[in-house]
Amino acid sequence: MTTEPSAPSDPSGAAPRLRLSGITKRYPGVVANDDVALTVLPGEIHAVLGENGAGKSTLMKVIYGAVKPDAGQVRFDGQPVHIRSPQEARQLGIAMVFQHFSLFETLSVAENVWLGLEKSLSLAEVTRRITETATAYGLDIEPERPVHTLGVGEMQRVEIIRALLAQPRLLILDEPTSVLTPQAVDKLFVTLRQLAAEGCSILYISHKLHEIRALCSACTVLRGGRVTGVCDPREESNASLSRMMIGAEPPALQHHERAPGERVLEVRQLDLKRESPFGVDLHDVSLTVRAGEVVGIAGVSGNGQRELLFALSGEDQRAPAAAISIANQAAGQLPPQRRRALGLHFVPEERLGRGAVPEMDLAHNLLLTRREAVGAGGWLRTGVLRAQAAGLIERFRVKAAGPQAPARSLSGGNLQKYIMGREIDASPKLLIVSQPTWGVDVGAAAQIRAEILALRDAGCAVLVVSEELDELFEICDRLHVIAKGQLSPSVARRDATVEQIGEWMSGLWHGDVQRQLNRMEGTHAAA
Amino acid sequence: MPRLEPRPTPSRAWAWGSPLLALAITVAVGMLMFTLLGKDPVRGLQVFFWEPIKSPYALGELAVKATPLLLIALGLAVCFRSNVWNIGAEGQFVIGAIAGGGVALLAGPQTGAWLVLPVLLAGVLGGMLWAGLTALLRDRFNANEILVSLMLVYVAIQVLGYLVYGPWKDPAGYNFPQTRTFEAAARMPRLMAGSRVTIGLPIALAASALLWVYLFRTRGGFAQQVGGLAPAAARYAGFSSRGALWTALLISGGTAGLAGALEVAGPIGQLTPYVPAGYGFAAIIVAFVGRLHPLGMVLSAILMSMFYIGGELAQSRLGLPKSLTGVFQGLLLFALLACDTLVNYRVRFGRAA
Repeated sequence: MTTEPSAPSDPSGAAPRLRLSGITKRYPGVVANDDVALTVLPGEIHAVLGENGAGKSTLMKVIYGAVKPDAGQVRFDGQPVHIRSPQEARQLGIAMVFQHFSLFETLSVAENVWLGLEKSLSLAEVTRRITETATAYGLDIEPERPVHTLGVGEMQRVEIIRALLAQPRLLILDEPTSVLTPQAVDKLFVTLRQLAAEGCSILYISHKLHEIRALCSACTVLRGGRVTGVCDPREESNASLSRMMIGAEPPALQHHERAPGERVLEVRQLDLKRESPFGVDLHDVSLTVRAGEVVGIAGVSGNGQRELLFALSGEDQRAPAAAISIANQAAGQLPPQRRRALGLHFVPEERLGRGAVPEMDLAHNLLLTRREAVGAGGWLRTGVLRAQAAGLIERFRVKAAGPQAPARSLSGGNLQKYIMGREIDASPKLLIVSQPTWGVDVGAAAQIRAEILALRDAGCAVLVVSEELDELFEICDRLHVIAKGQLSPSVARRDATVEQIGEWMSGLWHGDVQRQLNRMEGTHAAA
Repeated sequence: MPRLEPRPTPSRAWAWGSPLLALAITVAVGMLMFTLLGKDPVRGLQVFFWEPIKSPYALGELAVKATPLLLIALGLAVCFRSNVWNIGAEGQFVIGAIAGGGVALLAGPQTGAWLVLPVLLAGVLGGMLWAGLTALLRDRFNANEILVSLMLVYVAIQVLGYLVYGPWKDPAGYNFPQTRTFEAAARMPRLMAGSRVTIGLPIALAASALLWVYLFRTRGGFAQQVGGLAPAAARYAGFSSRGALWTALLISGGTAGLAGALEVAGPIGQLTPYVPAGYGFAAIIVAFVGRLHPLGMVLSAILMSMFYIGGELAQSRLGLPKSLTGVFQGLLLFALLACDTLVNYRVRFGRAA
């Protein structure tokens, strides 16, 4: 293990970089922060741990001046401060990388970064500094690209670079690693430790326990808007942190070995030109998913996942018919509903606006992919529809006001449970899920993963595309990696290591594959 | 300073209250306008809001003008809910009137009353044809449907002008630009003696009910609206965006054309250059004031019809220009758009908390 940088400050002498006391913030119907205290020392990497909805994001927004607390005091370097806006926060030396990106989609990467900096710099100068910082921290990004063409992971990289350019004294990172390769996470940690050693304090918000234990020297745990513990994470176990965070340990997943059945999804040498100028071309993608197995596709976003999923789901029908077959039917050019009839159900990455219509209620959102409530002549049986929605809400423990609640009124995790429920309940032969637990809290994530495994055990073929390696290692039987529009050969989970998959994420699988082939030839020759 | 604060969920009360507040603002500004014009504001209001409903005959006239407004607005609501911006209902109305009028002109003294059906059918097809042009250009060449449909209005008016000044001009009409008056068989049956209300009214009300069923009780109507609200979700579900475009434009063209045929074969009784009376444009306001909801549009059609009649009465009774109608229509739409802010925001006084 890397040695932790020694805390450069003497706690008894120097004033804490940041001290919050009694912070309370109420929103209509919910207390997001209730009497929260938090102390961050200079050069300390301090974790704020909690589930989604525990109040972490609100607390960070208070520090960053984006939200004004109803009560409480903020001290920065010992001085009481009223941070009224993010500008004032930046003047104090506070930089933040948000979990939800605050980027202008129509502007380029460089222009977005420029907006947050002092006006005296020229765009060319900003572009140069972006390239410098990007290289120094291994954050691969093209400054000229418009933001709307970037994947989720790439957008986060822009946010991190933007924050680093401001040379902050307190850097807030909200779930920064969810979209990075393990190697990039290690690199980021090196960077963060270096920053901390230089005296910058870091607030690290996460729900990933092992990261916090590897990186942070202090930890404040939030649950339901209150502080439930302050500890040194290096001295805690995952279980004890988990107890502080959710009040219980998450249930362990049951993963039975099982012989896979017949081929349900078969992709053969799929080549597909990008649809948008900044998309990714797919090259020679081949993939098989059999009944009763979970196949995962790892990779950093923006490497062709989106394009591959569009081609598989039927939202993009330009693939040659024979390149994709579902249940032994050539399906490359079938529209989504015809593929659904073959047994393919798909949960997209974007929940609002793609997986569900935000303005419509939960019951009507069933109609996007389900036909049970549609009678002869397209007549809607609203009673059946409502009952169906109510059934899903109960079965998948969705927290919602009822079938009539608009989709946008649900939290990300609950909407995801509902959409997963909608597709699982259709008893698919083939389920394709993109980012099953992105932005979902620990409890809901465990439930969603358990549902995926239950479906697999029931004989369904499952394809999971995710950026969270932990998740893929937890639920998959075989893993592929996608990089630059190409798909690696598959590797059985028990043979895969995080390091190997991480390397493959940069597109470096050819050496491994060659070695593997040589070894096989060697054994054949010996035989 | 009062400021706006976003509501956690849209207010249901204001969804209904906003049109009422908009109406109140329209009335208040209208009264101010009457005062500035040197007229008694109470008398002015009476002309706009009481005269049109004070007698059975007046109510009939109200219905006569509300009928085309409602029919056109119903079709437009399908368009607007599907995110298809058909601004050219006026042109579809005119072509529907020409097609219906053309069939009506075929009637002789011996023709039976069955001719009413072909007249209406021709109107529907004419309107669909005109809206179909817009759909074709958008679908095939990705031409902007707002511009195309609007420009086609002027083409339609020129076609009408050509016909009534040229080949279809009544030989016995003292060279006036108009066709023969239609034979009785081709005229829309009236509902009762002493009123100009025709079968158009029950047709429009039935269409309103049909639209409700289509929008809220059929999968087709659902798919149509998903395309408007969340195009990516429609693509995910497999609802065709081309299908939605054609459906929306053909439905709205059809209802506008039907309104045109009902109008020429009803109250007007012949084709003249004055067939385009602005119903197609006013119906856009009807649709939005009525919240694109079939029932709401019945109410807003009645309101807009009052403005039409009020404008005419203001001209004859108060000596004010007829264009007051347009002023009131504009005021109402303007006030409504402003009031709709309250659905998603609430007004707070005092400093930011």
